[in-house]
This record gives sequence, C-alpha cells and structure tokens, in this order.
Amino acid sequence: MSAYQPLKRPVLTLPFLALSVIALIGTYYLALRFIHGMGIVTNLNGGYAWGVWVVYDVVVGTALACGGYALAITVYVMNKGKYHPLMRTALLASLLGYGLGGVGAMIDMGRYWQFYNIFTPWHMNFNSVMLEVGLCVATYILVLCIEFAPTLLEKIGAKGLIKSLNKVLFIFIALGVLLPTMHQSSLGSMLIAMGWKVHPLWQSLHLQPLLAILTALTMGFAVVVFEASFSSVGFRRRSETPLLAGLGKGIVGLIAVYLLFRFGELLVNGKLGLIFAGDLGSLMFLLETALFVFPLVVLSSAKYREHGPLLLWASVSMLFAGSLYRFNAFLITYDPGAGYSYFPSVPEIMVTAGMVALEIMVFLFVVKKFPVLHDAKHA
Amino acid sequence: MKRRDFLKASLGGGATLLGAGTAEARGNLEPADEAIGMLYDSTLCIGCKACVSKCKEVNGMPPTPLGDETAWDSAQDLSAQTLNVIKVYSEGEGDRKDAVKDGYAFEKRSCMHCVDPGCVSVCPVTAMRRHPKTGIVTHHPDACIGCRTCMVGCPYNVPQFDYDNPFGEIHKCQMCNQAGVERIDKGEMTGCAEVCPTGATLFGSRKALLEEAKRRMALKPGESYNYPRGDVRNPESHHEMAVPAYQQHVWGEKEAGGTNVLHISSIPFDKLGMPPLEERSYASISETVQHTLYSYMALPAIALAGLTYVVRRNTDDEGGDDS
Repeated sequence: MSAYQPLKRPVLTLPFLALSVIALIGTYYLALRFIHGMGIVTNLNGGYAWGVWVVYDVVVGTALACGGYALAITVYVMNKGKYHPLMRTALLASLLGYGLGGVGAMIDMGRYWQFYNIFTPWHMNFNSVMLEVGLCVATYILVLCIEFAPTLLEKIGAKGLIKSLNKVLFIFIALGVLLPTMHQSSLGSMLIAMGWKVHPLWQSLHLQPLLAILTALTMGFAVVVFEASFSSVGFRRRSETPLLAGLGKGIVGLIAVYLLFRFGELLVNGKLGLIFAGDLGSLMFLLETALFVFPLVVLSSAKYREHGPLLLWASVSMLFAGSLYRFNAFLITYDPGAGYSYFPSVPEIMVTAGMVALEIMVFLFVVKKFPVLHDAKHA
Repeated sequence: MKRRDFLKASLGGGATLLGAGTAEARGNLEPADEAIGMLYDSTLCIGCKACVSKCKEVNGMPPTPLGDETAWDSAQDLSAQTLNVIKVYSEGEGDRKDAVKDGYAFEKRSCMHCVDPGCVSVCPVTAMRRHPKTGIVTHHPDACIGCRTCMVGCPYNVPQFDYDNPFGEIHKCQMCNQAGVERIDKGEMTGCAEVCPTGATLFGSRKALLEEAKRRMALKPGESYNYPRGDVRNPESHHEMAVPAYQQHVWGEKEAGGTNVLHISSIPFDKLGMPPLEERSYASISETVQHTLYSYMALPAIALAGLTYVVRRNTDDEGGDDS
C-alpha cells in the first residue's frame, strides 16, 4: 500500500470550468498566431524581441518550476528524508512548469518548424548561452518525466517496471539536480550579452549566473512551501507547517547570500546611488528588494516560522521577489533605446494566461486521479 | 549617460568581485584579415535617401509608405523590409547643418558588421556567421529557429524579425554579398555606397577606411578637402568641400571590439542615437563566463559524479526509496 493516494474528489468543479474558459481563449489567439504570424497577436517589435511569452513562460515559469529541483537537493543531497512526502507534488509542478516553458519557447519561436536544428551537432554554437539553455531544458524535461514515472506506473500497477526503474533512478535524480543548476544559471548569463540594454541595477555581468541560480533556488523552495501550505488550506488537508518551517531556515541562508552578492556588486561598481534615482528602475529595485526582505524577516524568527499563514505569505513574497527580479532585468527596465516601447497586448497575455490555466487544470486532474499527494496517516 | 558610466565600472568590478576568474578570459576578436567595410560621414550626408532606395532594390524589398505619401520611401527605422535607413537629428530651431545647438544632422542605420559580433556569439544554431576573410556578418535562415536572441544580443538592434509573416525570417544587411546578390564577390561595391552622390557612404577595406577617417579628423575646419565617392581605394570621382568641425572620434574603431562600418560626424554620437558601448565586447564577456563554467564540460561532469554518488548513498539509506 503506497503512502501516496489520489485525492478522491470530482474533477469537474467550478474553478476547473473557469480555467478551461481561459484556456480556450488562449487557444483561439494561439491559432491566430500560427495562421497570421506573431505580429497580429503580440506587441513585439524590433527593439523588444522578447515579450511575456519568453520572459514569463520560459525565464520566470521555469524558475517557478524549481520546486522539484530544490526539494531533490534537500532530500537526496542534504539527506533530509522527512521532506520526502512533498516530493511528488513538487515533481508534478516542476514537470508542468517546465512543460509550459518548453511549449512557450516553441510558440515564441519564429521558425518553430526548424526547432530541431538546436539538436543537430553541425548547427550547434557552443559559444551560445541560448544553446546551453535549450539543450539543458529539453533534457531536464525528459528527466522530470522519468522521475515522475513511478507515480503513473503505480496507478496502472506496473510493479515490475517500478522496481527496475528504482534501481537506476538515482542517476536521474542526480541529473535532476545538475541540469537545473546549469540552465537556471545560464538564464542569468543570457543577460550578459544583452549588455547596455539591461539596466545597470540588473546588469551584473560576471555575477549574472550566480544571482540567477540563487534566486532560482529561493523560488524553488518558496514554491514547495507555497504548494504544501496552499494545498493544506485549499484542499483542507492536514497542515504540514512544522515540516515546512524547517525549510524556512535554509531559505533564510539563501536570501542572505543572495542579498550579500546583489548589494556587494552594486557597492563595488558604485551603483548604489541608482537605487535612489527615483526613476522606474529604482522603484522596481526597491519593490523587488522589499519582497526579498519580508520572507527573510519572517523566516529568521522561530515564532513566525511556525505560524502557518505567515509562512504562506513569506513564500508568496519570495515567489514574487524572484519573478520580479527576472521581469525587471529582462523586460520592465530593459531598454533597447529611443523609439521602442513594449507592453504586452491582451491577446498576448491571454495566450500565457491560457497556458497557465491549462497547467493548473492538469495539476488538479493528476492529483485527483493519481497517487501524488502524501496520505496524512503515513506522514 | 548614466549607463555608459556604470557599465564602464561594471566591466572591471565584476571581475574583481569574482577574483581570479579572468585567467581564461577571451578578449575581443580581431578584425578579419581582409575586412570589408563602409565609412559613413554624417557631415557629407544630404539626406536624399538614395541609399535607402537602392538597398531595397538590391534586396528586393518594398518601399515603406507613410500615410498617403507614396512618392518616396518613408521608412522610419530598420525593419524586416528596411535594412538601411537615414535618420535625422534635430535640436531647437533645427536649421543649421551639423550644429549641436539649433542644428540638424543625418545618421545612417544599418548593420555595423561588428568585428566581434554579438549576434554571432549568441545564436544557438550558427545562423549568424562572420566571414573569416571579409568579416561580413551574414544570416542563414535555413539554420535559424527564430528565437531572436540575435536581436537582443545586438548592441545596435539591427537584426529584424518579420513578425507579420507566419513563416517570417530575420532580416539584416549582409553587405550586398548574400547568395544571389554577391556584389562584393563580383568585385562590385555595396549598393548604398555606389549610389551615394556625396560619398557620405564610402566603400572599401576597413583598413583603408579607417585611414581615410583619421585623415579627415586631422584636417583643420574650413580647409578644402577633395572627398572621394564610391570605393575609397579606387574612387569613381571626387568633389571639393570645406572641412567641417569633426568630432575627434571614429565610431567603430574600438566600440565593443570595433565595427567594419565606421561612422564620423560633427555631432557627438550619443546624440545621434549610438549606444553606450565600452571597448570590451559583451560577446567576449559572455563567452568568458560560459567557457569558464563549461570548459570541456569538466565542472558539470565532476558535479554529476559527486551528485550521483551522494544521491545513491542517500537513497540506499532509506532502504529502497519509493518515489
């Protein structure tokens, strides 16, 4: 008898139907994009080649999908087995988030019918950060599928297969830690080549990969805390707060290191003054920093850490902090020069919203039909 | 320009912060042996846009109308249908040619054919290539996946994607030497240089053009100079003109590793919309970081070995892990 059980609730609920409406609207605009080209649906232009599709779906979306990565580090590298009950939920969310990233990249790809060129050695440019990101994300999606496979195999009762898979699973778990470390840091490295168009408060050049991986980790841990707290509230399941509070301590360390490097870079390069310049950049920087500091304060205190709702808010704040860091660097304060401006069009936003809706729908369906959530009795 | 100042500081500071990470640093690429380029002298440009028109003819692109006006090409900026455009600087009254105050000036926008091109460095599928001999930066749609990293990686916003075409591609100036045109290979010059009536756009080797630019810098304002037209190495004709007060700055000699298309002007380049670039190319920084982390895949391989060992041990501890 597995410790994991499907959540036996009806799939077709009102929220599910509402989500499907959003997904349908997104699909409609997506069809337009493939029939008439990206111009009819998006506000992309010569200066802003990347809009919400790249920046949300790929850059932010995959970081939000780092739950499986963060938890794998905790359970399998740090050997904290007590967090294992959260694993399947985290893996499912990661698989869906990275799936969204992959699909988002394809939708945004101007010449998608030639996407396979990225896998053909004679086309590969090993100087390109984008190549590393593309190959690494694609491989990681496969690894996530393998890591999540036992859940599906359990459902169909393929015990022999599960046994064989378990014998080699450690290799895929190791890959599942290595690959996100590689491409999440590379997502930061992409900003280096974008040069002067990236606002000085976000253009840390050599430090880009480090800041990117640190924020990806904070987002990964935050998403684990968020999902577990939220599903205990949303599905009225037993609270996992004591378990999650432990993770909080690790998060404090991560945010502290991140802020140290973030402000260290600004100090060394004499950019601290820009924080108070009073323009969009300084405003966004202050907002972003406040979102990082709030969870730092909450999670540093043992009392607050054990407090369920505060823990949930801290995780939400951290998710917004990491997301805003990426949005700021890639889009909001990104400035290709005079004559260019960008704000996503409604259809463009609806495509992304539709995909997120679909992602949530699949998540709800899978946790209700497959053994993903940990049974409280076994905890 | 605050970005200019701060980026300068960042170049050194970032390296300092990371300590000895600079040992394997890749410097800027050097100009190609027989680099081909163009020299645009803003002071000679009269804004006739003959170059814009010729460019469209050579590349088979339609004119860009502005409202009901269809008599001439009114392209405002580079696009999938415009690989070369003339822009105007105007200040105050805007009636004195080449004056910063109350003046106006022209500026050409087209691919600068960087010596160390960002687009080539960032393209995942080698769809942007720098010709080893001529240094011409070409685009190859048969390889391109349309990720548009070249657009964000170009300091000049040159590559343009055709968003309005469901099967669109990236468009950029290829110095009239792309397959099917091959003007340079045939010993001809670029279309824009050929038709320029004042020699504002001059064709030639990068070396010869840089010499010509520096020669003009050294002239005294008001002196008479015999300006060549066409190919600087073998001019079609000349015309005498009084020398303007040039800025002592050849754009493209050093910016981000230099460019094969050089610009000179009597207006500071930041006012003409040129980007805030330092001498080190972003491509070289990006590749240094990337190749430090991924040299022979050594770091990832070691990390994977370590992780596999640790994960193996930790899953065994749990006595047959069930996930």
